[in-house]
Amino acid sequence: MGLRIDVQKRTEDYPKWLPAATSIGAVLLAFVFSGLILLSVGADPIRIYSFFWTASFGSWGAVSDVIVKATPLLLIGLACAFAFKMKLWNIGAEGQFYMGAFFASMVILLPMVDLQTTPKFLVLGLMMLMGMLGGALYGFIPGILRAKYNINEVITTLMLNYIAVFWNNYWIFGKYSDAGFQMTKMFPKIAWLPRLSDFAKQYKSFSGITLHVGVIFGLVAAVIVWLILYKSRWGYKITLIGDNPKAAKYAGLNITRNIVLVFMFSGALAGLAGMAEVTGVVHRLQERISTNYGFSGVIIAWLAKLNPFAVILVSVLFGALIVAGREIQPSGVSFLIQGIILFLVISSDVLLKYTIRVVRTNKDGEIVQPKATVVEEAK
Amino acid sequence: MTIQETTNETLAVEMKDVTLRFPGVLANDHVNLTLRKGEIHALLGENGAGKSTLMNVLMGLYKPNSGTIMVNGKHVTFNSPKDAIASGIGMVHQHFMLVPNQTVTENILIGLDEPKFVLNLKKYDQKVRELAEQFGIKIDPTAQIWQLSVGEQQRVEILKILYRGAQILIMDEPTAVLAPQEATELIETLRGMAKQGKSIIFISHKLNEVRAVADRLTILRKGRATAEGISLEGITREALASLMVGREVIFNLQKKDQAAGEVVLELQEVCAVNNKNLPALRKVNLCLKQGEILGIAGVAGNGQSELVEVITGLRECTGCILLEGKNIANKSPQASISAGLAHIPEDRIGVGSAPNLSLTKNVIMKSYDHAPISNSWRVDYTAAGVQAQELKNLYKIQAPNIETQARKLSGGNLQKLILARELSSKPRLIVAMQPTRGLDVGAIEAVLDLLLEERSKGGAILLVSEDLEELLSLSDRVAVMYEGEIVGVMDQKEADINTIGLMMIGSLRGEPTCPPEDAATTNINKQGGE
Amino acid sequence: MNFTVIFHAGIATGTILLIAAIGEIFAERSGIQNLGIEGMMLLGAMAGFKIAYVTGNAWLGLLAAILAGGLLSLLHGLVTISFQADQTVSGLSLTFLGTGVALVLGEGLTGLTTATIPNLTVPLLSQVPYLGQIFFTDQNLLTYFGYLLIPIAWLFIFKTKPGLHLRAVGEKPDAADTLGVNVYRLRYLYTFVGGCFAGLAGAAISIAISPGWYSYLTTSGQGWIAVALVIFAQWNPTRAALGGYLFGMLRRLLLDLQGPAMLLGLKNPFFYDHNLVFFLQMAPYLLTIIALVWGSSAARRKRLGAPAALGEPYVRGERGL
Repeated sequence: MGLRIDVQKRTEDYPKWLPAATSIGAVLLAFVFSGLILLSVGADPIRIYSFFWTASFGSWGAVSDVIVKATPLLLIGLACAFAFKMKLWNIGAEGQFYMGAFFASMVILLPMVDLQTTPKFLVLGLMMLMGMLGGALYGFIPGILRAKYNINEVITTLMLNYIAVFWNNYWIFGKYSDAGFQMTKMFPKIAWLPRLSDFAKQYKSFSGITLHVGVIFGLVAAVIVWLILYKSRWGYKITLIGDNPKAAKYAGLNITRNIVLVFMFSGALAGLAGMAEVTGVVHRLQERISTNYGFSGVIIAWLAKLNPFAVILVSVLFGALIVAGREIQPSGVSFLIQGIILFLVISSDVLLKYTIRVVRTNKDGEIVQPKATVVEEAK
Repeated sequence: MTIQETTNETLAVEMKDVTLRFPGVLANDHVNLTLRKGEIHALLGENGAGKSTLMNVLMGLYKPNSGTIMVNGKHVTFNSPKDAIASGIGMVHQHFMLVPNQTVTENILIGLDEPKFVLNLKKYDQKVRELAEQFGIKIDPTAQIWQLSVGEQQRVEILKILYRGAQILIMDEPTAVLAPQEATELIETLRGMAKQGKSIIFISHKLNEVRAVADRLTILRKGRATAEGISLEGITREALASLMVGREVIFNLQKKDQAAGEVVLELQEVCAVNNKNLPALRKVNLCLKQGEILGIAGVAGNGQSELVEVITGLRECTGCILLEGKNIANKSPQASISAGLAHIPEDRIGVGSAPNLSLTKNVIMKSYDHAPISNSWRVDYTAAGVQAQELKNLYKIQAPNIETQARKLSGGNLQKLILARELSSKPRLIVAMQPTRGLDVGAIEAVLDLLLEERSKGGAILLVSEDLEELLSLSDRVAVMYEGEIVGVMDQKEADINTIGLMMIGSLRGEPTCPPEDAATTNINKQGGE
Repeated sequence: MNFTVIFHAGIATGTILLIAAIGEIFAERSGIQNLGIEGMMLLGAMAGFKIAYVTGNAWLGLLAAILAGGLLSLLHGLVTISFQADQTVSGLSLTFLGTGVALVLGEGLTGLTTATIPNLTVPLLSQVPYLGQIFFTDQNLLTYFGYLLIPIAWLFIFKTKPGLHLRAVGEKPDAADTLGVNVYRLRYLYTFVGGCFAGLAGAAISIAISPGWYSYLTTSGQGWIAVALVIFAQWNPTRAALGGYLFGMLRRLLLDLQGPAMLLGLKNPFFYDHNLVFFLQMAPYLLTIIALVWGSSAARRKRLGAPAALGEPYVRGERGL
């Protein structure tokens, strides 16, 4: 007689709270594991974690910083979630981000319109469109390769990430460089996204708060993505293709066209994030605008189980990680935590497929059934 | 009903009280099976009764929850197929377990201890040749599996187990993929082996076949044995049916005579290639009328899949495919769906449904983009739910609710779901490919009844089935396909199994013409369900 | 531009790609796609460097690197084989994990020097004109290991019994299963082998061929190029090696293009506008994409392809429906 762990495939649907629980559990466990690794290199995890808290939420300034950091993460997280819904592994959000930043900057750098006379909302509006266009075009490339030739989009998008950075660098170091530094001249105020500190004269508490309009872009995008995926015809098509492309083809859907469109839409969101960073935060085109937002976006989307509103929450969490992580030694810690989180989330998905229980066994090794259970007969 | 006979010989196999549970399913319930040396013992039961599962236990793939197995009088416990193979047991699976891009010899050598490391194929090619000759089996050991026909592949499976010195052979539904003449040949070969001392278990769900081949019979129903090792002497068909499915007649199909109406589907000189760029359809001419079921008979791999694919827009072709006068050849699947074509695919799970989506989402697969499910860009999931619930009730689909994922449905219920979806669109033409494959008797009956009902409403049905008996009983006309051509078309009344069988293996050619428009044909209700 | 020098360098850096790619070929032939190679390479590079620094022994470093890569790949195996999770996402998570651990534990290693695996000039063979200078003069021991690895891997996969099982498990696992081959065990084994090779490839960078630790720049995407190389090579070790060497030569060629003022009798654009160098830096990544496109159209033409069961978790089904 003894106890044993019994693993059985689930025959009924898993409880509705389980996905959220596994995500939360993964995050908590990730902090534990990272803490252990930190201990092994002589750092003090408790001190580091409590610093996380104060650095992210200890003051309004900190909260604003977190939201500012969360903004591109939100848009990129949505971009990834959208593509992942159709099982398109868009790991190229980073590249699409940079291309969006580049295209948006072209409005100012070329310039595409007369910056002295054009009204601000038109300039910014044009930059938004260009940003989305840049991202969409950059998403078109891996999209068409995957759709027509079935080329692995993980590799193509990753390669394109590197290429986009070099492309940007060429212009930043060269033609548009500001006195030879790795950045362009600062953009004129007309190309700055409105931020709360603009209103510091009316509201003293807003002084120094850099929270900008980009966050509105993110929230609106989340609603749009939700409407598309859960309420629209296109969303149904995406869900069907993602679950079973053969069935989708049988049902008359054009798989090729949808792959390209989804990739372009995903790229457009990431491109918009690039535009928002360039106009809302750094106000110029420079070498390092993104700190691996593209990869964080993948993890955010997965942790949020592809739900647009959960993406909002998770991107705030990751924003906090990045803000606090800036000042933490050793420097790879936030990357490490993110990696552990993703790994644990994937591993925990097994709980959705199987039930794991501790059972009593009798001397023959058979499971002792409690009297209430009735053994099901074959149908 | 069991008849116990005492015997002094050691039994080749004795399975006592074997029970095997899967989550939610009791696959084998205290089953007893005895196999005598040199006999052919049939294991009969409908799909889902637990026959293959029981044999998989014998083959070491599953460990029973309780019960014992004795081979040649000795107790055995199998931890893996290797142990079973070592005990002299071999299984020819229903779905071949062959690696397509490896040669016959390579496939045979998998899992064996010899050769240990270096793979000198020439030596083993010779050994395989010799073994094949010994049992009169024609095969080229250096051929790759994908190059072989279905019958040849089955021979490779048999060679595989003979090479391992199997004395006990398990054949799982071996005639399912063969033409009638090939099936007869196979049974002769098996009888020859039995005379040479091999003991054979023959799994089947076909009553008639079992009566032709078996010495003794064990019948499974819903996991339990309703007959254990009975001999076939004096047993009536009704008694067997009763043991197999619990009633005296297996199917109670109501098929009335009716005259066909207008031509709904016409294929003219259709040619197509398969995925390997080899010709799959050669100048196919067919026609199908309202209120008629046209059955397509043929051994798998003679172009039936490609035929269905060109009609449903999944494959390119040359020639014309006219659906009520409109040419739908080389148009997208969407075009044929809009033209009123319903398609019940061969692969319920891989093609016909989205496994992780709910019943509701599966039901609207072809109706999500027009009213009442959708207006403008939105999808009204509430309306979809209402329709799903209606269909669930109407077709008696067993599932906890309409939000259940499709993959949780049993084969029969999934097929009913697909039928519900396809038939609710009031189609002009229904293409059904292997609609009853793998289903239990109750589900089969439901599916066939639904098809016959469509027929009586004036629907036109193109039916492809490997079950020749079913095809013959259901179809008004039967067309036989061989190597991409229609080699014969017959009325049901004229059709007989032998002629069809000969056509299926290419030994006979009939008149492959499309019957001309009959002026005397009565026009039945043209509406066909509009 | 000295082509002998370019080829020599190409062989050297190509070895890194070759080792990683052949390891991944083993894993993918068994049916498991491991996209975590980049992370495992970086982890191997860090582990090799650190242990070599701490112990003063490069060979111990090599061992540590191999183990690090192997252990990380076992996590991938656990998640994909036992938990049946999606292989693409799991591989990605391991890239992040491996990279994260490497960055954290590799803190402070930049700028240090360690013991390294030595180079070697083979006495007679290095005298052979041209070929001797390229292949057998002043090449790292690991490069020579690469030379041996190619035929050994090829023979193992195509001409041995274990190779037959490897291929069967990746093409049609249920066929192998019913014949008594332990599909799960073999997949774990070859995933582990792939991880070990990835770790080895990483150490080949940091303590052998391009010694030094430069944080995440140490590998700079070579793991991904190795994955693409596997597809381009049609899962064949000799073609993978060829591709690896070609890539290595390309990298060297790109570096050399920046130097001289004149190129083929014309003004060298890269010399006069240094920023054009960024386009040269794009080249390896662009070429990887082109190689993928070429590889997949070649596959469709020859009707070859990936191992049929690649990416699909194997579940012993409930047969007898």
